[in-house]
Amino acid sequence: MAEMVNVFLFGKKYSVPSNLTIMRAMEYAGYSLVRGCGCRNGFCGACATVYRIKGDRELKVCLACQTKVEENMYVATLPFFPLVKQVYDINEIKPTEQIMMQLYPEIYSCIGCNACTKSCTQGLNVMQYIAYAQRGEYEKCAEESFDCVMCGVCSSRCPAGISHPQVGLLARRLNGKYLAPKSEHLEARVQEIKDGTFEELLENLMQKPVSEMKELYNNREIEK
Amino acid sequence: MYTKEMLESIKKVEANRVANAELEPRRMTAEEKETLLKTYHPDYKTDEFRVLSVGPNKGEKVPTELAALLQGKSRINTADIDLSKVDYDVDVLVIGGGGAGSSAAIEAHEAGANVMIVTKLRIGDANTMMAEGGIQAADKPNDSPAIHYLDAFGGGHFAAKPELLYTLVNEAPEAIKWLNDLGVEFDKTEDGTMVTTHGGGTSRKRMHAAKDYSGAEIMRTLRDEVLNRNIPVVDFTAAIELILDENGNAAGAVLLNMETEEILIARAKTVVIATGGAGRMHYQGFPTSNHYGATADGLVIAYRAGAKLLYADTLQYHPTGAAFPEQIFGALVTEKVRSLGAKLINVNGEAFMHPLETRDVSAASIIRECSDRNNGVDTGSGKGVWLDTPMIEMKGGEGTIEKRIPAMLRMFEKYGIDIRKEPILVYPTLHYQNGGLDITKDCMTTNIKNLFAAGEVVGGIHGRNRLMGNSLLDIIVFGRNAGKNAAAAAKNTTVGNLTLNHVDEFAKEAEEYCSGAVSPMLLPDYRNK
Repeated sequence: MAEMVNVFLFGKKYSVPSNLTIMRAMEYAGYSLVRGCGCRNGFCGACATVYRIKGDRELKVCLACQTKVEENMYVATLPFFPLVKQVYDINEIKPTEQIMMQLYPEIYSCIGCNACTKSCTQGLNVMQYIAYAQRGEYEKCAEESFDCVMCGVCSSRCPAGISHPQVGLLARRLNGKYLAPKSEHLEARVQEIKDGTFEELLENLMQKPVSEMKELYNNREIEK
Repeated sequence: MYTKEMLESIKKVEANRVANAELEPRRMTAEEKETLLKTYHPDYKTDEFRVLSVGPNKGEKVPTELAALLQGKSRINTADIDLSKVDYDVDVLVIGGGGAGSSAAIEAHEAGANVMIVTKLRIGDANTMMAEGGIQAADKPNDSPAIHYLDAFGGGHFAAKPELLYTLVNEAPEAIKWLNDLGVEFDKTEDGTMVTTHGGGTSRKRMHAAKDYSGAEIMRTLRDEVLNRNIPVVDFTAAIELILDENGNAAGAVLLNMETEEILIARAKTVVIATGGAGRMHYQGFPTSNHYGATADGLVIAYRAGAKLLYADTLQYHPTGAAFPEQIFGALVTEKVRSLGAKLINVNGEAFMHPLETRDVSAASIIRECSDRNNGVDTGSGKGVWLDTPMIEMKGGEGTIEKRIPAMLRMFEKYGIDIRKEPILVYPTLHYQNGGLDITKDCMTTNIKNLFAAGEVVGGIHGRNRLMGNSLLDIIVFGRNAGKNAAAAAKNTTVGNLTLNHVDEFAKEAEEYCSGAVSPMLLPDYRNK
């Protein structure tokens, strides 16, 4: 049995094994989670959580599924945060500087406090990617924001009311669609398929008896 | 972080690293693979399965835990449900907000249908979000859809439905292009060439990726697109029974608000089931790499309505789930780690197998190493083998890990393990439901009209084992097709009187076999554990 620690879930004290994550500790204490629990693996951003260790001034943030409990941890989950998501047609907009001005003008009100970066559960340099977005440098913004799980903690700390995750997402879509180089081999293959180039080959394979398919499969050449 | 015993073993891993990195371990012969699977793969443990006594697959075996739900008790008393009070009336009802459901909704919307998504958690809370390694498509000059077909057909033990596999491979490049045009980022070289790698069982390097956030990058883009189109998403709302009309066609669903427990009725001209997999069933006590809601709900409600299952007795155990530390037990360690050059090493520092055998073979081989061969490393809660991640930087140069698999670096870093310098411990984890609803090439279930299905809930696309990167592919290809076809079918459909008679009829037939379990499960119960 692991050593036990005291945690305060929404202020109420529970004794839980010290090797559990915050999410598991809530369940151990008897919580049946519906909100604030998604992939349980650090990818979906459902379990944003704020906590303070008794006696510390600093308010910390984390993903509940990725963080171990500590003695005297005061925990509150943030299962939803009202981010601003602007609606746009990806085929109509263009990767110009103006588009951010139109859709997310609040990014220009950034006061440089860096609270977003300090609070990022993924350890990203959030303020930097917002700066890239302000300058229309979407490729850089896309790269810097790439690991964002959109948990919204940065936005909850922002005095300018910026919805950072949505800004990053827009930059990535602009980069993916318009700025990153086109893949000629992909376009060519799509055209070949439209022309029916592989239909006969495939139909031929579909009709072969399993014994013949086994022979082909077991002796196929594998690229080094 | 590692124990003294682990560190002892790591010394042997390090001593052999250069030699192991250069080694190209022999691939197993077809006969060796067959014997290995029969002896060690969990699908072959006959006492873990049960034969169904009722329903369209009566007489066939499925995992014991699934049988209990398929033959379980409905969450509703049909007499309490008023089908004349319709809360949502749409052309196309999409059940499930993952990659397949979102793709279906986008295409149905594109076709002009009035479409709505219901999902029991949030849109994007799905296995799609957690897919790390990549997505296959034969778009390189040395590759072709026919080679892709052969790889997948053989990897799936020659059991895939040919017409479904044909669609999967031949529409793969178009799926990548569609995603890229939506703004999904892919790893590319400066001239636009896709950076592609091998996966287990591929004969060409056709794994496209967005670092090791491939699924997350796809999912967040699809979600954004759904929202941009103002497609209604009714979240925290589960479908708990399908509604049929008097002609036996799918015509909607009974919905349950997960928070208020309010019951709502959705009527639809066509229904798309895209509810995903079943990892949270923890078959045979395995941990899982799946998201919180992966509880086979779609199989249960469709089966009760009369839909047929195909290959429901075959599951995929991903060979490399995290085995240590305990906090991430069962979490996915992407196959891309092996694609990039890391090998599987036993307690003695030996590379005991080729790292890119198919998943079922790799999982069985690791189980053998940790059981009969007794070459596993003690993890405190079981056994595991090493995945020698520092080999990646030996092969690809310093910085490769941070650039190509940042999520893996981060996951272990949180527990004080630097995967650039130290190997990690892995053991198979329940990953994917190979089987599921039997569909035609138009994505309609084979025996319920106007009931479409796409994504992990479908069986037969991959046969009895799925290759890495073919699932992100199938949710896009079949998700889109299901959406288009459901929208087209809705145009020619007039819904008859709604009924839940099938629920009562099934209950009557199942009465003597009913385990007492209430289904669908909706969420696993981890309280007090």
